[in-house]
This record gives sequence, C-alpha cells and structure tokens, in this order.
Amino acid sequence: MPKLVVDGVEVEVEPGTTLIQACEAAGSEIPRFCYHERLSIAGNCRMCLVEVEKSPKPVASCAMPAGEGMVVHTNSPLVKRAREGVMEFLLINHPLDCPICDQGGECDLQDQSMAYGVDGSRFHENKRAVEEKYMGPLVKTVMTRCIHCTRCIRFTTEVAGISELGAIGRGEDMEITTYLEKALSSELSANVVDLCPVGALTFRPTAFSARPWEYKKTESIDVMDAVGSNIRVDSRGAEVMRILPRTNDDVNEEWISDKTRFVVDGLKTQRLDTPYVRENGKLRAATWDEAFAAIAAKVKAAKPERMAAIAGDLACAESMKALKDLFDKLGSANIDCRQDGAKIGGKGRAAYLFNSTIAGIESADALLIVGSDPRKEAPVLNARILKRWNQGHFRVGLVGEKRDLTYPYDYLGAGASTLGDLVAGKHDFLEVLKGAKNPMIIVGQGALTQKNGAAILAAALKIAELANAVREDWNGFNVLHTAASRVAGLDLGFLPGEGGRDVEAILEGASKGDVDFVYLLGADEIDTARLGSAFVVYQGSHGDMGAHRADVILPGAAYTEKNGTYVNTEGRVQFGRRAIFPMGEAREDWTIIRALSAVLGQTLPYDSLNALRDAMAAALPHFDAVDMIVPAHDLPSVSDADLAALGDDTSPFAVPVKDFYLTNPVARASRVMALCSAEFGAAPAQAAE
Amino acid sequence: MSVRRLSPNQPASFAFTPENLAWAKKEIAKYPAGREASAIISLLWQAQKQEGWVSEPAIRVIGDMLDMPYIRALEIATFYTMFNLAPVGEHYVQLCGTTPCWLRGADELKEVCRKHIGPEGHVSADGKLSWLEVECLGACVNAPMVQIGDDFYEDLDASKLETILTKLRNGEQVEPGPQSARHSSEPLGGLTSLTGTLQPAAGDK
Repeated sequence: MPKLVVDGVEVEVEPGTTLIQACEAAGSEIPRFCYHERLSIAGNCRMCLVEVEKSPKPVASCAMPAGEGMVVHTNSPLVKRAREGVMEFLLINHPLDCPICDQGGECDLQDQSMAYGVDGSRFHENKRAVEEKYMGPLVKTVMTRCIHCTRCIRFTTEVAGISELGAIGRGEDMEITTYLEKALSSELSANVVDLCPVGALTFRPTAFSARPWEYKKTESIDVMDAVGSNIRVDSRGAEVMRILPRTNDDVNEEWISDKTRFVVDGLKTQRLDTPYVRENGKLRAATWDEAFAAIAAKVKAAKPERMAAIAGDLACAESMKALKDLFDKLGSANIDCRQDGAKIGGKGRAAYLFNSTIAGIESADALLIVGSDPRKEAPVLNARILKRWNQGHFRVGLVGEKRDLTYPYDYLGAGASTLGDLVAGKHDFLEVLKGAKNPMIIVGQGALTQKNGAAILAAALKIAELANAVREDWNGFNVLHTAASRVAGLDLGFLPGEGGRDVEAILEGASKGDVDFVYLLGADEIDTARLGSAFVVYQGSHGDMGAHRADVILPGAAYTEKNGTYVNTEGRVQFGRRAIFPMGEAREDWTIIRALSAVLGQTLPYDSLNALRDAMAAALPHFDAVDMIVPAHDLPSVSDADLAALGDDTSPFAVPVKDFYLTNPVARASRVMALCSAEFGAAPAQAAE
Repeated sequence: MSVRRLSPNQPASFAFTPENLAWAKKEIAKYPAGREASAIISLLWQAQKQEGWVSEPAIRVIGDMLDMPYIRALEIATFYTMFNLAPVGEHYVQLCGTTPCWLRGADELKEVCRKHIGPEGHVSADGKLSWLEVECLGACVNAPMVQIGDDFYEDLDASKLETILTKLRNGEQVEPGPQSARHSSEPLGGLTSLTGTLQPAAGDK
C-alpha cells in the first residue's frame, strides 16, 4: 500500500488509487471538471493539476496513480499558477452569460473561477459560438458553454449503456452531440445534466423557472418504482420545482430515472384538492363531513364480507397500515395491495424481497432474469447490472420478453416451459448458474402476474436451490417489484385474510354484485369498468381512473406532501419527507383514514404519526431499522406439487411496464412525461440478436 | 480547421461495390474478434475512394459492418479532415496554402481555382472539378503545388494550373509531378553543389 505525503499529511492508500483520491483522503480538495468518481478517467480538463516533488511539471492528479513516497503539494504557488492558466483557457471560449444561465449558483466553473479565475481577459479575438443540439424533451443544450469535459459521453456509454452521445470534430470545433441530433433514448438521460459541470446541459422542462438558492431542500424517497431512489425535493413556496438525486451507494448511487426527476409537473395538474360526492351521477365538491357521512351510510348498510379495499402502487406504509386496521375492525378480509394480481406474499418475507440487495449485484457472477425488463421497471437497478456487466465475467440469461437491456444476454426462452427446462436441468444455463460463485435470480412481475405465478415463483426458488444460490453468506433469490408500496403492503399483510378476496375476486365480485363497497387507496391501475355497481371510495392525490369511477373522493397527499414510510424492493425501510403541504383540502393519507374510522365508530388507536409508526414497528420490528437491510432467511421450501402447475406454456412473460413514462397517476398527469411517451413510445420489442 | 458538418444533400443509401466489400472483409479480419471497430478508418477511406466522399448512409453502413454505434463512426469521420463530408468533383484539387507555397504564389493559384472552378468547397457545374485549400502537403521544395486526386502537381504558376485544369476538364491526360524542367526536387538551373569529382581530403589515405 503506497504511502505518500499530501500537503504535509501522510496518507496510506490502496494500490491503484489515483492522486486525486489520495489528496481527498488527506483532506485536500482538488478542483476538477472532467474527473468523476463513478466514471472512467478522461484527464482532459487539466484543472486538477498538483505539484509532485521531483516531477518536472505539474501533474494531472486524476490520471496519476498514487505512488510510494510521493510528496504532493496542492496549494503551492506553482499549482495556483498552473490552475489559473487552465482556467484562463477554459474561459476563453466560455460565454459570460451566467446571469441568464440556469446553472448559475450551482456551477462548478463559476465556483472554481472564484478561486482560480483572473479578473480580466487577455483574449481579444472572437469567441467560439456553437449551435444548440437537440437531445430530446428533457435535456436542453447551450453548447457554447460546453468545456468538453466529456462526462456526459462517459455517463451515457458506461452507466446508461447507450452509446448515443459523442464528440464530433476536434480541437476548438469539438462539439458534443447525438447522432444526427436524435433524442437520448435512455431512461437515465437527465443525469447528464447533474454531471455537466457548466450550463451546457440543463433541464428543459424547468428552464428559467428558479434559482438554486431559492429552493427549500427536502430529503425524501422516490415512489416511481420499487427501487426507492433517494431524492432531494426542491420546493419554492407551495410548489415542488424539481427533484434531484441524493447519493446513496446502497440504492441509487447518485442516479435517478427521468421519470423520478421530471414527474414534478404532474404534481400540479389533475389534483384532487377537495372531497367530492357523487350525486345524481355527477361528482360535486363537498365538505369532509359530507364525504364521511356518505361513506358511513354505505358502510353501515354493507355486510363486512361485501366490502373490499385495494391499495395502489404509491401508497405509503402508514396509510396501508391504517386502512388494514380499519378493515380488520370492520371485520372484512377483502383487502389486497397487489393491483397487478401478482401471486406473491404470505409465504415468508424472503420470498418477495430482492435479497441480494442492489449493491450486492456487484458481487454476483451470473444472473438469470425471469419475466422482467429491469431497464423499464427499475432503470437505476438496471444501471447497477450494467456496471457489474462492464466489470466482465458475468453471464446474464433472460426468460421472458426480448428487450434491449443495454447489456448483452443469453436469451433462453419466452415463458414457463423454458423455466421448466431449467428446473429439469435440460437447459445449459443452469450449469452457468451452478458454476457461478454467487449466482443471482431476478423474478419480475411479468412472471408473477401470470395465472400460474405461484408455480413460476416456486420454479425460480427451485432454480435458486439447484444453483446453490441461497447460502449462509449469499442470498441470490430476488424479486423485482414495480410498485413502491408493494413490499410494505406485503410486510403489513395487506392481503386477503381467511376466505378473503384478492384483487381479481374483488373485481369479479363487484361486477357480479357480490361486493357493495370498494375502498381504493390510490388504486388506479385496475379495470375500473369491472367495479360494477359497487359504491366506490377513492382516496388519492390525482384524478385518474379510480377517481373517475368513484362515488366519494377523499383528496390525499402526493408523496412529496406527506411524511411516509416506504419499503423498497430490497426490504429497505426509508422515510419520505414532506416538502410542501397537501393541496387545498387534501390531507395526509393516514389522517384521512384515522378520521374516517372515528365517523364509522371504529376509532383507530393512534393519534399521531409516531404512534402509528410505533404500532407498525411493534408488529414488524424491521420498520424500526430505517435505511437498513434486515436480511430475511425464511425462504419457503419447494415441493414437486408446487411446480406441477408450471405447465409448458411458451408464450412470453409480458413485461408489466408497457410505457415507462406513464406508469402511475402522477406520471400520467405530467405533461413532460406525456412528451417523453410521445417521443419514445411504448418500449419496442428488441429484434432478434 | 473549421466546423465540419455532414452535407445537407445526402444520397438515400450506400453500398460497397463487391470488390470493395471483399476488400473490407479482409481488412476487418486483420483485427481480433471484438476489435473489429479498429478497421473504421480503412473502411471510411475505402468508401471515400469509391464515392469521392463519405456520406451519412456510408457512415451508418460502416458502423453496422463493424458493430459500432453510429455516433462513434461519425466521431471518426468528422475528426479526420481527409474525409470529405460533402461531394467533391471528379478531379478534387487540394491546394497548399501554407507558408512556402504561399510565398511562391499560392494566392495566384487560388485565384485561378476561383475563376475556373468556383468558390472554395463547391463542385463546378459540370461536376468535373472542386477545390479546397489545405495545409502543407510536404512538397515545399517544389512550391507552389496542388494535389489532384492522388497525384502532386508541382512547380506551378497561374498559367500552368490553368492548363492543367482545362485539360482535366476536357478529359485529357496530364503528367503529374513538377511542371517545370525538373524531374524531381533538384535545383532548376543545374547542380549547385557536389559539382566536382570527389577528392580525398588531405590526410586521408
């Protein structure tokens, strides 16, 4: 391990560490533009120059490995002069348009020019001007500001897995562009804006709307998919202005998907801001008391077995806990949180978690994906798989729909019959899994929502067993969820009780007139036409499918407007925090259910969020382990009877995410998401590879 | 250098001739599996030899042949100035304008080109000729000079270039090389050194 001295501080670093990292370890900050920890090293901005004793010239610290006995100075006069020289060159062609630049206030170039800039220019020639490049509906370009750090190119190639950005021309005339200015086709494309150290790439949807210092910053959790990306919600007044990623190496590193980021305008449109009651076939605005009274009348008239509740994909754990407790008190077992009808839950926690953890993907050396398109279902997680793939010696097999996952894979087959072959050892990919040290299996909702989903789950468990994927030190069995609420719902047991109806049976019952009362907790992705003549209560934030069908609408808070607990696909409990207050008359969801419970005469035993959370944690201790993984070891064993229903169906497991940009009510209310959907459309099936 | 853009007028498609395709396959086979992209420059060059320039469809076809993203192929094509991104005339004149040629009258040659061919970078109406000023082509001893197609035409002056261009336009043969009495780069008025017989220096045996 090389030992070196940085500014008089001795540090010992891992072999292969670069000087810039060693300097950081020693507490000396190095300015940089092109260097980024998560991208390959380019070494082209030269801003990170340091002085190394016995070296004839200043050294670019990002590209120089730390060596034994180096003596490094990061703030000597030589270093300052060298960096000032670099800065002067960078500023030669950089426009001085900071006052009209969206990056102003959070611009690396602006910040670093405070330390290394000179007050005047010695450049009297014409400055370069570059035509703007179209990169799609999300990324706005002002290419004259580009300093050619190439971070965006490296990101799209290495992390997003699409080789679409490049640098054409050379020297002063180098320009960053996509091929013939096509839109960036990645679900992670807007991360290039975060990476851009200057204002060349900015957010198109929020252009010219606010300055960074005006924001109130709230650390929260994303609910667009089940990854639970850590986000920072920037709000101004009563408006969420933008969403940025927060670094969490265990979950999303520092990336978020475009949907996570640009769904914000959906938070302002189609909102339910007051209760509604349907009278003579028409919804009319009402007071909370009127709405509750209408519900109470129906609930009192309905028998418990003729009532049902469905929790949607964005529900927080607190609201599901409250609704489950309410229905328990009412004596109804007809509750379900699996809108899509996935055959999962009730068989042990490990059977529905992403047990390897997202960071654990990097330790895997073979992967079988069953009925999932991680690129569309969890783009950030897919980036982690690509990261692992880029490190080499990693085989990926896919059973399901053929899609472009950004990394090559062995296409094993379409559906259940292939899975049967794998279990029977008739497919050689089983040998790949067996030969791997840490084999991984990801089962997606595309497989679990099949009619024989339970058998498919059993088959996947069997494959994990055959491949020795579940051991003391490694659990390679994973379920990839698509709904942010799902794991919390399964944890809380928001599932049909004894003799209870699941979603399919609720809809079936409602259409036949066997179910009179249905409570939709933000459930919009069901076939509302099948609700028949049932009395429907919709509690949620957006006027989507559920609200259109509802007889009473209770306006709830969107995820940025409430303190909520979410459990991601790994089983990681995370807190979303309130950035702004709910709109109009809307209230935090658990309080609505708590208030309703009192009207129904079934008062729930918690009066504060903390009391509710305590109640959750009392039943489920892992709800106290915030931001942590509590490993689950209760994988069910598989018998041959479980596998019997697998069948030899060769039709492909349909990927549940039909259109990545329009998966939930917030996204469907967003103009930006609609633009993206129009630009990229539903995911096309990949041509044969 | 200036910003290089793809021509706005692009053909609908591009295909290598059978001979060139066979040649390209041989070229690709020179590189190990997975490194086929290394053949990009030779293939682009062959496409330019075939068509006179590198069109956008050609970039795509070659990108597909080498299994590389189009933007990577475009990066190469725009980086190297020897790839013409717009059509050129049947006879493509590259006129050296760097210091030695300029001192020896390259400006007059440019005037001739403007008069006979048209503005720089444009193909003449009959499609026969186009011209471009380039940096030093390494024939300073025979300045001023131009390169037409693959051949150098050296020791030029305005009238000589005019004659060459007219002949090329009419489809006549022109002898490449110095357009003076010289064969190569020897002094024009006869040898100026090493004229005598070699005498052993005093002291040598």
